[in-house]
Amino acid sequence: MTKERRQILIFLFFAAAVLVIPFFLKGSYFLNVLVFIGINTMLAVALNLLLGYAGQISLGHAAFFGLGAYISGILTTRFPVDPWLAMMLAGFCAAGLAFVIGFPILKLKGHYLAMATLGFGIIMYIIFNETVGWTGGPSGLSSIPNLHIGSLFFDNDWNNYYLIWIFTLGIMLLSINLSQSRIGRALRAIHDSEVAARVMGVNVRILKVQIFTVSALLSAVAGSLYAHTMTFISPVAFGFNFSVELVTMVIIGGLGSIYGSFLGAAILTLLPELLRVFQDFDIVIYGLMLILITMFMPGGLISGIETLAKFVVSRIRGKQSNA
Amino acid sequence: MLRLDGINKIFGGLTALEDVSLSVTRGSITGIIGPNGAGKTTLFNIVTGLYTQTSGQVYLGEKNISLFAPETLAGLGLVRTFQNVELFGQMTVLENVMVGLHTRSKSGIFSCAFKIPSQIREEKYIKEKGLKWLEFTGLADCADLTACNLPFGKGRLLEISRALAVEPQIILMDEPAAGLNSRETVELASLIRRIKELGITVVLVEHDMELVMDICESIIVLNLGKKLAQGTPREIQENPAVISAYLGEG
Repeated sequence: MTKERRQILIFLFFAAAVLVIPFFLKGSYFLNVLVFIGINTMLAVALNLLLGYAGQISLGHAAFFGLGAYISGILTTRFPVDPWLAMMLAGFCAAGLAFVIGFPILKLKGHYLAMATLGFGIIMYIIFNETVGWTGGPSGLSSIPNLHIGSLFFDNDWNNYYLIWIFTLGIMLLSINLSQSRIGRALRAIHDSEVAARVMGVNVRILKVQIFTVSALLSAVAGSLYAHTMTFISPVAFGFNFSVELVTMVIIGGLGSIYGSFLGAAILTLLPELLRVFQDFDIVIYGLMLILITMFMPGGLISGIETLAKFVVSRIRGKQSNA
Repeated sequence: MLRLDGINKIFGGLTALEDVSLSVTRGSITGIIGPNGAGKTTLFNIVTGLYTQTSGQVYLGEKNISLFAPETLAGLGLVRTFQNVELFGQMTVLENVMVGLHTRSKSGIFSCAFKIPSQIREEKYIKEKGLKWLEFTGLADCADLTACNLPFGKGRLLEISRALAVEPQIILMDEPAAGLNSRETVELASLIRRIKELGITVVLVEHDMELVMDICESIIVLNLGKKLAQGTPREIQENPAVISAYLGEG
């Protein structure tokens, strides 16, 4: 089986699993958690394109998520704009902003880039918080309309689940395609040796801005979906903490792996829920688990799983040859 | 083919290159030699757009490329390798060479993400071409290895394969024999000759005199940032100024 075939099969298997899971779940609680995993997966995948592939950090990605949510929210609550159109405009605006700030910001490297994106995130957070007339300030923006196709309204858990996950699967598929193309290779080349990439004819400056823009666009679409499914947004969800959480998802899951981003998003969304039984100790165990994963699986969960799978396969083969 | 006209490079107060003019004939193998600190690598960095010269002009054919960026030069067919082997370590050997075909392909972000038919065709072309270059340098067996796991000598070959994938008119090699054992050096010499046979102009900076004298048709000697001599290997070996630069003032 060729590598390409295998990858198509893995994706189809993953998509099929995603589509049938709701039939095995009882009650809306888990469906809700899965909706959050979907949104976080989109964001982690978007950030992974920048961080995992191109090797450029952003500590302000929650800002693009927030921007998407607020543009969508404001346009549909204060103006008679159709939610789908609002989503497109949200994506377009976030991409435009990323494009404009990308040129100066992405000239910076390493810690300086981290600081610049951090600053951007904080500025956006302040804007969300302070422009009370538009965003509702700290008390948030409510009664954001649901998305709908004709008379099909995405206003219950079941419909929301499929809405979010169809977008998530779409974004994952596009990102996988991108990562295996000349653009994906050029991005990884930048990650490994910027100077060699330039000598090979990769326009590093433009490509960094392009991928930053795409990443912002996808994050804003996720933000818009978030706003229309939750129908209420407030600045807390788009602050520095969430930016760091997104970076953690990408690293824990595995840099440069799209399925890794899903795993990272799933673990970081599930852990706080699962650890509730430990009450006050949950944050300690949460931190401890993150430390252990980074210590023992430096390539992230996805490479940990791959190593484990190879180990099991070789053990089985070993036993067969012994017998 | 490649012509430098009055190149000066000053770092702070240090003059690295002083009024260096030279020309490289199309289709030749030209060696640049000189003691450590003579400015050889600086010269390469200027030609390939990594440094900007303080003054002077660089021409590729008739084109003035003095202020061109490396990525533009790659598109024009000027490419280089590095003294310390700059591979894309986390990528496979084949993927490394496929990056070399970046300028020979053009699918953008959206055609790649949506896998439009022309992009699929292009991807196939990139892969075939990449494999072809690996066969040319004898690395086809290693295609699926991760580049950072290659032994040093093969890393060098990979860097050359990747540069060839750009389909250059001219390739600049910075100390291609450094760190190679004698057998690998012999293989390198024959590879460089085969590259020349493809019609590609080769310029190399090298310390291995035996290699330089063996394969180069023309040799340029730099010393303390100035051009000392240019000529055939025999002329250079007999040039008193070169001898005194290498052996010290007698």
